[in-house]
Amino acid sequence: MKIGVYICECGSNIAGTVDVEEIAERAKEFPNVEVSRVYKYMCSDPGQELIKKDIEEKELDRVVVAACSPRMHEPTFRAVLEDKGLNPYVLEIVNIREQVSWVHEDMKEGTEKATSLLKGAVVRSSLMQPLERKKVGVNHKALVIGGGIAGIQAALDLADMGFKTTLVEKTSSIGGKMAQLDKTFPTLDCSQCILSPKMVDVSRHPNIELLALSEVIEVDGYVGNFKAKIKKSPRYVIEEKCTLCDDCVDVCPVITHDEYNQGFAPRKAIYISYPQAIPASYLIDPDACLGIDPLICAKCRDVCGPEAIDFDMQPEIIEEEYGSIIIATGYETYPIENIGEYGYGTIPDVISGLDFERLLSSGGPTGGKILRPSDGTIPKTVVFVHCAGSRDPSKHLPYCSKICCMYSTKHALMYKHLVHDGTAINFYIDIRTAGKDYEEFYQRAAEEDHVVYIRGKVSELFQDGDRILIKGVDTLSGETVELHADLVVLATGMIPSEGTKKMANLLNVSIGINGFIREAHPKLKPVDTAISGVFVAGTVTGPKDIPETVSNASGAASRAAGILAQDELEIEGTVAKVEESLCRGCGLCAEACPYNAIELKAVNRYGHTLQVAFVNEALCKGCGSCAAACLNGAINQLGYTDSQILALISALGEE
Amino acid sequence: MSFEYIKFGKEEKDFIEKIEEISGQNVYSCYQCGKCSAGCAFSSYMDKTVNQLIHLIQVGQKERVLAANTHWVCASCLTCSVRCPREIDVAALMEAVREYQLREEPEKVKISNIPKEVLDKLPNIALVSNFRKKTE
Repeated sequence: MKIGVYICECGSNIAGTVDVEEIAERAKEFPNVEVSRVYKYMCSDPGQELIKKDIEEKELDRVVVAACSPRMHEPTFRAVLEDKGLNPYVLEIVNIREQVSWVHEDMKEGTEKATSLLKGAVVRSSLMQPLERKKVGVNHKALVIGGGIAGIQAALDLADMGFKTTLVEKTSSIGGKMAQLDKTFPTLDCSQCILSPKMVDVSRHPNIELLALSEVIEVDGYVGNFKAKIKKSPRYVIEEKCTLCDDCVDVCPVITHDEYNQGFAPRKAIYISYPQAIPASYLIDPDACLGIDPLICAKCRDVCGPEAIDFDMQPEIIEEEYGSIIIATGYETYPIENIGEYGYGTIPDVISGLDFERLLSSGGPTGGKILRPSDGTIPKTVVFVHCAGSRDPSKHLPYCSKICCMYSTKHALMYKHLVHDGTAINFYIDIRTAGKDYEEFYQRAAEEDHVVYIRGKVSELFQDGDRILIKGVDTLSGETVELHADLVVLATGMIPSEGTKKMANLLNVSIGINGFIREAHPKLKPVDTAISGVFVAGTVTGPKDIPETVSNASGAASRAAGILAQDELEIEGTVAKVEESLCRGCGLCAEACPYNAIELKAVNRYGHTLQVAFVNEALCKGCGSCAAACLNGAINQLGYTDSQILALISALGEE
Repeated sequence: MSFEYIKFGKEEKDFIEKIEEISGQNVYSCYQCGKCSAGCAFSSYMDKTVNQLIHLIQVGQKERVLAANTHWVCASCLTCSVRCPREIDVAALMEAVREYQLREEPEKVKISNIPKEVLDKLPNIALVSNFRKKTE
């Protein structure tokens, strides 16, 4: 056994607190150490060459590098070993930067600790075994869950790259929240005008299979080989036959609330969400319709020329295999009725930001006129209350919802464009305009459209006659203020949608404290999750505006394509391994595994059927939870076996 | 503390427009960074800071604006105007408030009521300026 020890100075990062020459000298005395060297930057090309040369000339069979965290350069040095024909898993990294020099000030203490860690690593490395990277095949199809702008963009990108993609949408049309918006900041493009071409592209793309009214109900498998079960609810209208003639709507006797218009308008039981909806077909709302079991009314079926209506349509279960999955299930708005002092739900002229979008929209219930919900008059003073729910850790949402400053500014500006003699007042805590052309947009609203900004939170809203009395504060003048408004718009915060929670649960991806999905790394892996092959796009990971959502979705598509484009994937060698003869089938390991990588399987041993734990190496992340949980010591974490760890601990304890 | 009542009726809007007309400045350009007040040599003598006065104009609080001493303490040194990130001529706004007030209250400065010892120390240009402010 010949071990090479390489100590990095990392400029002054390590050498400033650790006497590197001293530990290199000490390392020469450790068992099996053939050579011990110091270099200024071991990760540099000359540093790597140093190791390569030694492997060749001194015929090393183990390498120990004392440098930074293995998260930084383990792949670098593994490649060095592979280059010279050594197994990449006989490399041991000692982190003497983050764990020593950066957290200690005293050179003596630092040097002692580094020595101790280095010794442990040397002892452990002599027990290391070469490991093998297994390969698995890859299915080249993608599953995108959620048909908002994030899902649409991700699906289009993947389809354009040539991958077959299934886009699953829970509601009757793709488009998501963006389809409800009137104009978009800061350019004031009409939301439908920029969204609907993309929706049409989805419906026409030969590589995209669109499943509306559908939900993913089960996912099994692992990266490259996911098996998904999708439930498609009946539409009761045959998409291919429906000609959008609208005859059915005229005869339908059932009137109910129109969700697309936030309940401000009625719709029939047979309807289409909005004219640009994709799939472009009417549907029947089974909760409202009188024709679905029992058949009481069939007026729509009677007038339907193309015979597109089928009351007997049944739910379908679709099973399909996918190589990678993108979660794009989006957000919901915070239930602002929870903020009792703002009276949403009891004061009719207190409305939400999304409600106001529908009032602004020319396709909305008022045809684009700003009219009060209570009496249909034009409001002359409108107050916009920022942070309705957001930035309120004690009772509501602890975080900033990011888009509200901008959309409230847009609302105020659009209102002034429509009601020239009106007054628009924004109550805010801070104005956050961190986006391209956002600050300019805010300044334009104030400067050109005379939108008034008052810094301070509104405490309470009261109905006072037919107006609303606002009790607030102006923290810039230091005065408490009162004013009357005709309409109050609450800038509702964003929360993760029900679908986001469900999918996170189904796919086993972790959720942060605010309920949004946690990225693999908040900065460097923003569209990956801890589960390989599962990616995230848009507001599932936190509040985002449209441009950020779209670029996020393209990022997720490209990461997903990175898997789909492979024919086979290599799996890390450091996986859990069961010693079958020791396993007694108790299943503790399967419970401990956070990745569902272990299951119990029946085996025949000497004529007896026994339960034995089986590790799916493609799913195993090498976390070691199972090895720690196993009472019999029947599971070993390859690369970190019990014997290696015990030897390391005992070396650490030596003087 | 009592509540200040904010409204945007004709009186308030006329006040804002008049100040803008006299000064040639857009009061809504101000985003309340406070740099004018921070750099003003006389801030400590003012009962409202300069940015507070501008904010009161933005929300149409005419009476509170005219009750403040801010615009009277202002010496028009122009430090605020030079440093304003929104290119507002803040000193011109202060001057506009002074002019507005003198036109509203022509008796505010009555030369005959000024004691002789004060009048002796007062530069002539101050009196000229006082008369000029009253001309529309």
